[in-house]
Amino acid sequence: MRFSRKSLGIPYAVFLVIFVAAPLLFLFYYAFTDGQGQFTMYNLTHFFTDPNTLGTLYYSFTIAIVTTAVCLLLAYPAAYFLATSRLQTKSVILMLFIMPMWINFSLRITALKEILNVLEGNLAMHPFLNAVIGMTYDFMPFMILPIYTTISRLDEALREAAMDLGADPVQTFLRVTLPLSVPGILSGVSMVFLPAMTNYVVLDMLYNSTYIMGSLIGSYFAAYNWHGGSMISLILLAMICLFTLLTGNAEEEGARGALL
Amino acid sequence: MENRDTIIELKGITKIYEDGFKAVDDFNLEVKKGEFVTFLGPSGCGKTTTLRMIAGFDLPTEGDILLNGKSITGLPPYERPINTVFQRYALFPHMSVYDNIAFGLRQKKTPKDVISRKVGRVLELVDLEGFEKRGIQTLSGGQQQRIAIARALVNEPQILLLDEPLGALDLKMRKEMQLELKDMHDKLGITFIYVTHDQEEALTMSDKIVVMNEGRTQQIGTPEDIYNEPVNAFVADFIGESNIFNGMMTGHLKARFCGGEFACVDDYEEGTHITAVVRPEDVEITPPGEGTITGIVDSVIFKGIHYEITVLSGKNEMVIQTVHSAKVGDRVGMRVDPENIHIMLAEDHTNLFYADVNSDFRLEYNGHRLDTSLTAIIRGSRRREDGTVVDANGEVLEPGRVRILVFIQPDDIEMTDDQDAGLIRGTISNLIYKGDHYSYIIHTELEQDFVVDDEYLWNMDDRVSLLMPVEKMKFTLKHK
Amino acid sequence: MAWKVCKRLFLILVLLFLYLPILLLAVYSFTSSTNIGAIRGFSIHNYVTLFTTPELTGMISGTVLLALGAAGIATVLGTIGAIGAFYSRRNASAFITTLNQIPVINADVVTGFSICVLLVVVLHIGKDSYIPLVAGHVTLCAPFVFLSVMPRIRQMDSSIYEAALDLGATPFRALMEVVVPQIVPGIVSGFALAVTLSLDDYFIAMYTKPATFDTISTYVVNATKGAQTSIKTALWALSTVIFLLVVLVVLVSNLRTRRLAAAQDGSLTR
Repeated sequence: MRFSRKSLGIPYAVFLVIFVAAPLLFLFYYAFTDGQGQFTMYNLTHFFTDPNTLGTLYYSFTIAIVTTAVCLLLAYPAAYFLATSRLQTKSVILMLFIMPMWINFSLRITALKEILNVLEGNLAMHPFLNAVIGMTYDFMPFMILPIYTTISRLDEALREAAMDLGADPVQTFLRVTLPLSVPGILSGVSMVFLPAMTNYVVLDMLYNSTYIMGSLIGSYFAAYNWHGGSMISLILLAMICLFTLLTGNAEEEGARGALL
Repeated sequence: MENRDTIIELKGITKIYEDGFKAVDDFNLEVKKGEFVTFLGPSGCGKTTTLRMIAGFDLPTEGDILLNGKSITGLPPYERPINTVFQRYALFPHMSVYDNIAFGLRQKKTPKDVISRKVGRVLELVDLEGFEKRGIQTLSGGQQQRIAIARALVNEPQILLLDEPLGALDLKMRKEMQLELKDMHDKLGITFIYVTHDQEEALTMSDKIVVMNEGRTQQIGTPEDIYNEPVNAFVADFIGESNIFNGMMTGHLKARFCGGEFACVDDYEEGTHITAVVRPEDVEITPPGEGTITGIVDSVIFKGIHYEITVLSGKNEMVIQTVHSAKVGDRVGMRVDPENIHIMLAEDHTNLFYADVNSDFRLEYNGHRLDTSLTAIIRGSRRREDGTVVDANGEVLEPGRVRILVFIQPDDIEMTDDQDAGLIRGTISNLIYKGDHYSYIIHTELEQDFVVDDEYLWNMDDRVSLLMPVEKMKFTLKHK
Repeated sequence: MAWKVCKRLFLILVLLFLYLPILLLAVYSFTSSTNIGAIRGFSIHNYVTLFTTPELTGMISGTVLLALGAAGIATVLGTIGAIGAFYSRRNASAFITTLNQIPVINADVVTGFSICVLLVVVLHIGKDSYIPLVAGHVTLCAPFVFLSVMPRIRQMDSSIYEAALDLGATPFRALMEVVVPQIVPGIVSGFALAVTLSLDDYFIAMYTKPATFDTISTYVVNATKGAQTSIKTALWALSTVIFLLVVLVVLVSNLRTRRLAAAQDGSLTR
């Protein structure tokens, strides 16, 4: 057989089937079976009836929503000011916003922890606050970047046209810039919201022992309970899919890919 | 036994794409060694597809391609002694000029010293001596063009394929390169197969022109043949500017079209449906009473060496090129020398008329809306988000600047007594019995003649209205 | 004017929030103090500990090796995958692109756990073989390489490949000599992205690594749960080293692109 470019897709397709599709299929299998391999809905019903897991779900949402909101409140003005400024050093400042992403997150959280320690005296006194600060600190670059990209791609003429038609700067922002930067906001939100529900290590490192969704998987993993862990994974996966559908995944690749 | 002079022969080539689109339909051609052959036609006519099949990038669905009498139909491009100059050059941007040109020779494991000698020689041929080390990005469009030609020629191909190679150049460069290419062709004696949609380019450069439309060969011949003796309305219209009319022979060497009876030199039987072609430069303006037909001057445009004058005779439009100006609104007469009227047998008696495109991209004729839109009838066109319509090449189609040539067959038109039912009203001005049906000529209120076939007998001078179903119409886009 | 000052001030505050912890840690890493706040004398003993403790150097080199290896495999896979998908029929291409998107949008916890379930639980591949760990990191990285190469292929003039065939190159040579050089920028940035993703990963390593092996992330997370003070402060030094490395890489690559741009300007105007 003659070599063809199409056949190059085969090894990668096989790779994806084995390491992406197959693991998900087994998640399904394990989520709906018990230790004896019998079909069961227990894992599902357990999650939605046990007050503990429901509490975890509630706490995850609370943390994720608050973190996302704080990130957005800090990141949007920062991205907006930077994108619309005429600073000579614009690209340098942008680089400064991106650079933390390249430093290992565990080391950055260690640094933050030392500071919070000094400020608060005892970290255990403000677990929720620490979690939000930690996650904001960790994820904010992921919020700034897509918003900055979207705003800086907006045609300058659009804002000038709005001004020309009599809109004052505030109206111009509210009626032109803000609506047009929604795609960037959505992509930033999805980059922050999902990790905020699952990245339990940030909480661990800041001595917040309350569970979020990710911690559940961690604890099932530690207990070799593959069935329970699979169900939590599936539930998370379902939420991620839903979330991606809602925010539109078009921007998704751009945002994380824009790392470089 | 094959003719010894034939280098490449295409036999019954048909290409049907996966989506069912027939790009090329039963294409037959013989090319002689050393010939300069041009495939000419509008975009989407199948000329590039045919070229790609010769190069080996596309495989024909049916048919055979013979090179020197041997089939190369299944041969991959890299095993064919044929090279291509691509539309946008396709130079390798990461290589120097030298490496680009040497690429083909290196694939054949040519010794280094031979490569450098050959590259030097071919650069001389394209007038770019000393450019070896330059990067591709540093070259102008014209220089890139020359490198692309050099890169193909250095392999000494038996056939050089050129796919609209001058399309990206500005007018002045294009004219220059036309002459240079022709020069190179004469010097090297290599067979050139050239694809273009520019009729002037084709007429200037070629030994032989293949006019194509909708995947089919329309006419094959020398530039003179094609210009002077177009075989059908499409060729006449595509090559040079022309006035095209439907008509009928009304006597010995007499033809009726454009609302008048003209003397001509083509001898067809009385009653034959014909298509008459008159080149704009062959129409003579006379005082009103002295011409064969009369009309009102509609527009006068100064074109430098001549004026282009449009005269309306009823709804018939005659475009005239003349060195004398005229005043808009003047009544003038028009005459044409008999030998300048090209009469063609209208084999299929197709009726042609122009429809306008309104601001909503819908078609209009005689004040009636046709139930179709621009995007529905022009392959590849689409409506963009900003409301404009673009064609397959992404060029914007402005309603005011395009119109649609509509084709409809005589037996697809129906006559009715109900005067308001059809698209247009007219009077039966001619009828002939054709054995199993009658063939009528309807002279319309817009002074156009329509040919209508009907099995029932109507009377001369009956007033009728013409029903023309949109689904039976064919369309081509014309720029004004 | 006041508004302008406000805007600048806001930017500075956000930057301060991002950098103050790292910079403070950097300062304190050069002292002998074990807590921030209590300034003691200048000392480089943290750096000595960092580069002489076998546990730490082993962990660092292991992380780097894993990142380079996984990124290398992911780059090869993702690149040929992108080329293959681009030239495949629409359905095959959509299939690959869709599957490729899953690890991109999925939470790393879920990706890591699912790979652990398949390889360790179902297929009984021992974590000590490093296969689950490497496979996990390749799965994390390859889709991003795919995404960074794909736009390059899309931008490429498709007739370039045909031109190579036309000039006598076999499809394989045309690919290697003409197509791959065109997409090198995409491959390079894909590789760099893969390295950073692997270096930054915690969850996939956590669920697939051998018990005796640690990446920087897993090590640091463990160390914060009550390790010796000397290790804790040595990690400050590690954080500072990585920060300086990042600054260096950014500076060098910025200088290079500037010089390249200048060189191109020069040759164009010549």
